[in-house]
Amino acid sequence: MADVIEVGAARGDAPPPAANAARRAASAGRTRRATPYLFLAPYLVLFGVFGLLPIVLGLWLSVHQWDFQLPNRPFVGLDNYKQLFSSDSAIYGDWWQSVRATAIFTVLSVPLLVVVPLGLALLLNRSFPGRTFFRAVYFAPYVLGVAVIGLLWRFLLDANLGLVNRLLGVVGLPSDTPWVTNMPWAWISLVGVTVWWTSGFNAVIYLAGLQDISPELYEAARVDGANAWQRFRNVTLPGLRPVLLFVITTTVLASANMFGQSFLITQGTPGTETRTVVWFIVEEGLRNNNAGRAAAMSIVFALLLAVVSIANFRLFRYRED
Amino acid sequence: MIQNDMSRRRLLGLGLGLGAAASLTLAGCGGGGDDSASGPAAGNGGKEYTGPKVDLKLWNGFTGGDGDIFKALVNQFNTEHQNIAVSVATYQWEDYYNKLPGAASSGNGPDIAVMHMDQLATFAARGVISELDDVAKNLELSEADFAPTVWQGGLYNNKRYGIPLDMHPLGFYYNKAVMQRAGLDPNKPPTTKDDFTAALVEFKKSGVQGFWISPFQFTGGMTFYSLLNQWGGTLFDADVAKATFNSDPAVEACTWLVDMIKQGHSPANVGQDAEYLAFKSGKNAFTFNGIWQINDLLKSPEVQWGVAPLPQIGSKPAAWANSHNFTIVKQRANNANKVSGAKVFINWLSQHSLDWAKGGQIPARKAVRESAEFKALPEISALAPELEYAAFPPATPGLGEVIKTFYDTFNVAALGKKTPKEALDEGVAKANKQLEENRKKYGS
Repeated sequence: MADVIEVGAARGDAPPPAANAARRAASAGRTRRATPYLFLAPYLVLFGVFGLLPIVLGLWLSVHQWDFQLPNRPFVGLDNYKQLFSSDSAIYGDWWQSVRATAIFTVLSVPLLVVVPLGLALLLNRSFPGRTFFRAVYFAPYVLGVAVIGLLWRFLLDANLGLVNRLLGVVGLPSDTPWVTNMPWAWISLVGVTVWWTSGFNAVIYLAGLQDISPELYEAARVDGANAWQRFRNVTLPGLRPVLLFVITTTVLASANMFGQSFLITQGTPGTETRTVVWFIVEEGLRNNNAGRAAAMSIVFALLLAVVSIANFRLFRYRED
Repeated sequence: MIQNDMSRRRLLGLGLGLGAAASLTLAGCGGGGDDSASGPAAGNGGKEYTGPKVDLKLWNGFTGGDGDIFKALVNQFNTEHQNIAVSVATYQWEDYYNKLPGAASSGNGPDIAVMHMDQLATFAARGVISELDDVAKNLELSEADFAPTVWQGGLYNNKRYGIPLDMHPLGFYYNKAVMQRAGLDPNKPPTTKDDFTAALVEFKKSGVQGFWISPFQFTGGMTFYSLLNQWGGTLFDADVAKATFNSDPAVEACTWLVDMIKQGHSPANVGQDAEYLAFKSGKNAFTFNGIWQINDLLKSPEVQWGVAPLPQIGSKPAAWANSHNFTIVKQRANNANKVSGAKVFINWLSQHSLDWAKGGQIPARKAVRESAEFKALPEISALAPELEYAAFPPATPGLGEVIKTFYDTFNVAALGKKTPKEALDEGVAKANKQLEENRKKYGS
């Protein structure tokens, strides 16, 4: 933009030198003020169109009974929200059932998904022959799509025909465990499969974090006579704090958004006990065409997750002090 | 994280879908509200088409082996009709039904859509598809050309929205090798309750759990649906105002199935598709499954099997069934030529539905069903008698979620989490709330 103005000025009918300099200074000031916004513009446009606009539309949908095919889409105020909290609505039981399912899965899976990959990363960070091979092995499941791992484990875990029960029988353990159809087995299966599937990702993040910790710190600790546990406690963990914050936050959000695993492996069984919030929102909004109510559900769910994430950040900041 | 890759994509889809829907309305072109789109038929109403060349888009969900047969039929149609070019797009049924309304209202939808009978009312009420009474009239199609059950299933509010192509019922598959081993005549599958249970006792003696009950919609739920009708029960009352699947006949039918597990004719906790895999590998003997499995079994020469109509376990014959129907999608801009071209296509394919039968479906058209060529497809034609007593869900919009409640209810009972009576009572209470909501929403 500055160029254009300059070119224009240069081509102009030679204004007095002083005026020219003043105008040039003014235009430079304008450019300085505009520059950051110009750099931000591409992101702002994307964020506006794909972030802000859907949120605003979602809020707007959530106060309507919204089926975009029906001519009549009445404004219903906070009705969609009230239905989620009043026990005589058609949706109440299913909604809280799905919140409960999501909470159970998150509480069970997050500690494992934080601790197991950390152990893995510590092991894979040591130098031993075949290290790269093992790194690949633990990361490999992560590259598979949810459809693949879902079908795979549904057949492996089948109570009557599956390989898992067959192998358990061979070693003399009960061979009729209902892994995907009954409680608490369905949760054990879903959490187990998820840990197997996604540990590799968190492990890679931890590995990167581990390699950022200066070896000199370990050396100094050793010189001071710290044993392995003390080195882990006083060097590794503090060094990993930002990484841990990242891992815990993203893992909580990812677990809370679980959908594919239960959709494919347990199919909500028994009854609808493993139907998660995201699954239910999709079903309500896209299959049952109650977009308004699905929007209200999404917003309530997003608020819940925001509260959890803020608590998470607080916790870590507190420890830093 | 990839862990929820799918959910993110779905959520993103949801967001975009809602965004698109909203912006459509904001731009003042909310689809579906306008009825002028389905104009009168041009030409002589679908017998032939002589106008300028039209391109027609057709959507369907035939993703299995039936998809190839369907495409071959469309190709044949295209070569026989110089001025109509039909192009086919295939999606998974579930995606298909999610996509269709948005596509239709934004003007990117197909001209012709294949749709299950139990979806017609919902899509008609939501203004996605057009009335087809004039098509039926112009093509001189009437109930006599089809089975009454299928023909009437295409109606909603006494208006026709679908021209039936086929019907796909639940059939009774029996494993001949297992029957032989148990000392039964492999060519005489049981047809009554007594014969059926007597055979199960024989299987048990030979160490086989003969009849696996799946807790899932495919296929335990559909089996329950069939038996509930056999016992004389219904899912809903006549006005579809109240759910009735906790009636005494329904509880009896459910109990009979759950008892199969208690008596050891079925293992507990049967997984999705496990009953079918067990059938193919000779681990069980009888299974009720869709007619669509015939082609899969024909590809498995190592399995010795037969298929027959469902045995009559209750007081009358009945079988779960659904039907593919042709529908014409409402367009934002009316194009009479396209509509007439579409009618020609629908009529042509309906007449050629014998080839379609080879894809594993019973043709809806009576003349085709009675032809010698159809009878030469022994497995498929073995299930044709079920057409007379097929049990279709009622034509009421928004029933999808209510029927899901019905299947979830059976899931809980079959997994032994609740007694049949408790499970069905709870399911009905929930279904009644859903029905009431639907009534408010669709104003019916």
